[in-house]
Amino acid sequence: MTNNQLTENGHLRHFLTIEGLKRPLLTEIMDHAEQYSSLSHRQVKKVPLLRGKTIVNLFFENSTRTRTTFELAAKRLSADVINLNISTSATSKGESLLDTLHNLESMHCDMFVVRHNQSGAAEFIAQHVAPHISVINAGDGCHAHPTQAMLDMFTIRRHKQHFPDLRVAIIGDILHSRVARSQIHALSTLGVGEIRVIGPKTLLPSDCKTLGVHVYHDMEAGLKDVDVIITLRLQHERMEGALLPSAREYFQCYGLTDDKLSIANPDAIVMHPGPINRGVEIASSVADGPQSVILEQVTHGIAVRMAVMSIALGAQSEIEAQS
Amino acid sequence: MNLQIINGRVINPASQLDAQQDIFISDEKIIAIGEQPIGFHADESIDASGLIVCPGLIDMSARLRESGQEHEATIDNETRAAVAGGITSLCVPPDTDPLIDTPAAVELIEERAKKAGRAMVYPIGSLTQKLDGQLLTEMVALKTAGCIGFSNGRRPIENSLVLRRAMEYAAGLDLTIYIHAADPWLQAQGCVHEGAVSARLGLTGIPEAAETIALSRDLLLIEKTGVSAHFHNLSCGKSVELIQSAQEKGLNVTADVSAHHLHLSEHDIGNYDSFSHVIPPLRSIRDRDQLQQGLRDGVISAICSNHKPLDNDAKLGPFAETTAGISGLETLLPLTLKLLDDDEITLQQAIACLTYNPATILGIEGGQLKVGAQADICIIDLNAHYECQPHNFISAGKNSPFSGWLFNNQVTQTLFKGKTVFLKG
Repeated sequence: MTNNQLTENGHLRHFLTIEGLKRPLLTEIMDHAEQYSSLSHRQVKKVPLLRGKTIVNLFFENSTRTRTTFELAAKRLSADVINLNISTSATSKGESLLDTLHNLESMHCDMFVVRHNQSGAAEFIAQHVAPHISVINAGDGCHAHPTQAMLDMFTIRRHKQHFPDLRVAIIGDILHSRVARSQIHALSTLGVGEIRVIGPKTLLPSDCKTLGVHVYHDMEAGLKDVDVIITLRLQHERMEGALLPSAREYFQCYGLTDDKLSIANPDAIVMHPGPINRGVEIASSVADGPQSVILEQVTHGIAVRMAVMSIALGAQSEIEAQS
Repeated sequence: MNLQIINGRVINPASQLDAQQDIFISDEKIIAIGEQPIGFHADESIDASGLIVCPGLIDMSARLRESGQEHEATIDNETRAAVAGGITSLCVPPDTDPLIDTPAAVELIEERAKKAGRAMVYPIGSLTQKLDGQLLTEMVALKTAGCIGFSNGRRPIENSLVLRRAMEYAAGLDLTIYIHAADPWLQAQGCVHEGAVSARLGLTGIPEAAETIALSRDLLLIEKTGVSAHFHNLSCGKSVELIQSAQEKGLNVTADVSAHHLHLSEHDIGNYDSFSHVIPPLRSIRDRDQLQQGLRDGVISAICSNHKPLDNDAKLGPFAETTAGISGLETLLPLTLKLLDDDEITLQQAIACLTYNPATILGIEGGQLKVGAQADICIIDLNAHYECQPHNFISAGKNSPFSGWLFNNQVTQTLFKGKTVFLKG
């Protein structure tokens, strides 16, 4: 399978999925993010790295947090940012999706940050954009959300030194989670000792093991000796389609409470990609408790997205220099 | 007009013939095989030295898009593509627009096919009115108009009582019904096989139970009603087992498989290749191997193209939003004969699955070379070497996942009713 995320020299051109990327690249992203992260504490938070570049936030699906952090990241790099919210109903045909893209291309943009409700949409867009445009996947259907996964890795690295020593548990709706899929790829690439997924069978993909994880349906067994706990958001619509009986029963079985947290290692950190449903997948006391790093994740989101954007546009300069 | 095809290696599965023979044709019919009839003078002679001469192929399931979707393809153009692939008879499922649920719709298709004059086009009539699984169609009227069998297309009949009645009615009239086994609830909005690839790509999967549950129900009703039934387009290994045990029980049940399911698996979807988006989905490698085994064992007795020509836009989009379907007329024979490379089946078996076997299931003339039969003939070069280039397909649909595949067999000439309807340039 060709990896069209990379240039011929192996540099990042698009950022669509963690799958297929090598450990040094993930480490490079985190190292860059480390530098940008110190910026937030300065008086002047901007650097002129992407001055003159135009970045389009192309959101076919609603999002506040992700879009805002992408926008902030781009602005701190001094790029011009355009936000476009496009309802998917207007682009239910690929033809008009492509039309939209080609129109934006003609406006000489340099980067598309794309969120779409269909798995594979970012890949599709990357295949069809002009060569001078870089595509960053800000979430495609149930497939991937690579910048979220990288900010999670960054957060883990800040708290835990050595990935191979870690046991990480991801709890909840893995089946529909692009975040979980990207986290699993990132964790495996970084050589994490053990990745566990915990959830009811209805919310785990069939053949889940082929993703390289250990599968648990029971929280108590799944959380034992774990160093990092990632809880996922449970969408309310999962109660439809007979996937779950009720939010109450879900919380009872898979909600992260203080009691359940105490099963994990005492220094375990608790993460959540947000926005959280208090009392559904996580108890307030845990979300706001000392082991929670949930708000830190949001802060790191800006630095990590700055890192990804600057690296990808650096690769773009490489393409332009060659041509 | 007298025509002779000489020096060819004639393969005729109906009589297990595989020998160098000459074939003599007068007007539309074969008048002799082997010895030249006394007084026969050929106006035209085809030298088939080094080539295979076999009956024109019969494709049991091909959507030609006319009527209703003429912007995507027409009978005229698609029969041109068919004969380029050696196919001289094809069956069209009833899900055209209008549906094939009235004699008028049947006549329209027959008229267009006749006008094109390149291949036999056999309409399969709707089993229920508007294919909505509620009321039976006038099967006798449709049969009289020319339907060779009845099917509900890809729309499963959910109501088991309606299905039972439809089967009983058809059984009483000695009609064959054609079934795509799919449980609508389990299939739902799925677009790929539920397995490793759906887990990785985050696409909604279709479990194999979507096929096997429907198949099991249908087989039980077939047993009860005694109808003769044919299952289209098996996609999983378990289905082969179910069909096999039904056949062993003595039920009048046959099955086909599409050529692409014999070669591809879920892994061919790679990174969302929409050309591999097909329903039923490409399943695991194990399923693919079991389908090949089913073919070897004769449980599956026909291979079809499941041709569905689509315009480019239909495949341009995020995977789940693209239209399922493969343009298959021009790869049916090459893919079938490619099975010989790995000794999956014999040449005789391969040709049988494309000629005599489907003819037997459909209860039509054709699919064999014999004196008095309509001269529908396909001539094949087994020593060709070329790369599949879908953009050069004659079919209006260039939607094929086989771009770049190497084939070593090619149709050089196709005859329909004794006339050359395709000659390789």
